[in-house]
Amino acid sequence: MIAIKAEGLSKWYRLGEQGMLTKRVMNAFRKQVGFWALDNVSFELEQGQALGIIGANGSGKSTLLKVLSRITAPTKGSATINGKITSMLEVGTGFHSELTGRENIMLNGVILGMRESEVKRKMDEIIDFSGIEKFIDTPVKRYSSGMYVRLAFAVAAHLDPEILLIDEVLSVGDAAFQQKSLQKMGESTQQGKTLLFVSHNMSAIRNLCQYVILLEKGKIAKFGLSAEVIGSYMKEPTGGLFPKWIALNEKLDERGTTVEMESIELVTSKDTAEVELSCPFIIRMTYKAKGYAPLSLILCDQTGEVIFNSLNNKEPNWYGKQLTEGKYISECTIPGNLLTEGIYSIFIYICIRGWTDGVTTKHLYFRAIDDGVLRGDCYVAYSGIMRPALQWITRKAEEC
Amino acid sequence: MPESTRITSNRNISLKEVWQRRELIRLFAWRDIKARHKQSVLGMGWAIIYPVLMMIAFSLFFGLLVKVEHGDVPYPVFVYTALLPWLLFSEGISRMGTSLISDISLIQKIYYPRIISPLASVITPLLDCGISFLILLSIAAYFGYYPSVTLLGLLFLLPLSLLLITGIGLWIAALNAEYRDMRYLLPFLTQLWVYASPVIYPSSMIPARFLFAYGILSPMAGIIEGFRWAVLGNPFPSTLLISTCIATFLFFVTGLYYFNKKERVFADVL
Repeated sequence: MIAIKAEGLSKWYRLGEQGMLTKRVMNAFRKQVGFWALDNVSFELEQGQALGIIGANGSGKSTLLKVLSRITAPTKGSATINGKITSMLEVGTGFHSELTGRENIMLNGVILGMRESEVKRKMDEIIDFSGIEKFIDTPVKRYSSGMYVRLAFAVAAHLDPEILLIDEVLSVGDAAFQQKSLQKMGESTQQGKTLLFVSHNMSAIRNLCQYVILLEKGKIAKFGLSAEVIGSYMKEPTGGLFPKWIALNEKLDERGTTVEMESIELVTSKDTAEVELSCPFIIRMTYKAKGYAPLSLILCDQTGEVIFNSLNNKEPNWYGKQLTEGKYISECTIPGNLLTEGIYSIFIYICIRGWTDGVTTKHLYFRAIDDGVLRGDCYVAYSGIMRPALQWITRKAEEC
Repeated sequence: MPESTRITSNRNISLKEVWQRRELIRLFAWRDIKARHKQSVLGMGWAIIYPVLMMIAFSLFFGLLVKVEHGDVPYPVFVYTALLPWLLFSEGISRMGTSLISDISLIQKIYYPRIISPLASVITPLLDCGISFLILLSIAAYFGYYPSVTLLGLLFLLPLSLLLITGIGLWIAALNAEYRDMRYLLPFLTQLWVYASPVIYPSSMIPARFLFAYGILSPMAGIIEGFRWAVLGNPFPSTLLISTCIATFLFFVTGLYYFNKKERVFADVL
């Protein structure tokens, strides 16, 4: 069953203040200045699916959410929503500072669409989830922001909608509590609930959503599986992909280490910032050094999350020895059949002996392209952020 | 069959939806009352004290000093009976008028039928009115006026005044959302109307041929004189009440229409 069907949703916003009478009269004779915050957005979302909305600031993500949650009406187009819907555009909507935590649970719960009887029934559970039992009968104006968020999220986590619209609310609160809330949301999609999630947090989107819409200037630029869309969104992180990064002022001169990075380079058979999945490739660092030079190479995925780091402390020629002043080149080989399709970045951590007190270089971005070597008979998308070639062996159990 | 929602550029207020979310009206009212009394020493006491203070002030100035011609009824009862519906009206329209602005953070962040905000904001003045009514009965009894069968007339007058308040309140609320000029206009309007209504003087001072037009321009007149009829046994204000009914109908229908038209853009213009 279709949970959300949007057909040509468009929203026009006027620019500038309406202002006073004189200005209004003058405006009547002028052409209206404004922009389409949403421009002909159409998509369908099946019940039980989770859809992420990504895009730069001002691309229309929040407007789409506001239109779908009926906060504001579209200028053109329409949408149909099948099922009980709840939206969370901020944490603690409708909290009243003079009311106590318990009173606010009731108020917030009913504002978010629960029945009073339902809130009463779930009251203990909500208070328990929030973890602030001790302060539950204190006015929320005395709460710390952390407590406030916990309380608000506890209410939200106990809503029971069929369709949930969420905007960036996870960016607040402590990490452990965020995890708890993400988990709770993940559970809700497993129970057949539909989720529409706007966020800048790509790893949260990837964890929660199968599908992603990329918005650009109010239009759908891309709609597809989350890994693909996130990949293409992260495509041009610093204005493009570079096979070589010329370092500027990336140096460390401290306690025995003197390293001044000159360049970080991706060495492949082609001269582009692309590597084929099955081919090993080299990261070449050129630097001036004197003394010790402990280096660590860090590989990140397209969302900037670290996949691994590799140290040069098993390097046979120079590691642990005093480098005489001069220019050095270090190369680190990354084997083929390790990464998967997408954008990756690499940066170098230069530090003192003992692997502390370092500086990091800027990121070198490259794209890994599927050359199909590892695929065999599989033509569908691989999941995950790596695609290592691992050994598989199957035996019949009785024969061994 | 799960509930299905259509989102289009021209949605309308759905009575069914307002009914489904009726708990919200009570909770908003409960929030207003709780929050109102949180930092005041006298708390609920103000609901009693405020109209009584006004009664005393009016009695001093207009009963003793100016000596307004008001018939046989002692001036304090005369004026207090009128203050009841008047305060319900003036508090009602000003609370309704600012209701969207005070719920601005909600309106921009979540959907609920917007009309719930103004509807909920009239509950507090209504409760205040109920409390004052008990005081009225005791003051009236003190001056020798006891409840008679005409008191049942309030069952008609009260809903009528609520419809009138809602009609005017919806106008002001919707205008206020877009044009903050209402902030200056609203106090002026209530100031003007208190003297244009028969609160401190009886409507019998108005020449009979103007009475109908007076009742249209000052639509609370019928209800105020109606209260005097119901509580004190004054003559039944038939002409004025016809005016009130007409004005109420006009305000209510147009107010609802205008609010409905603006409802879908409140989040953008507030």
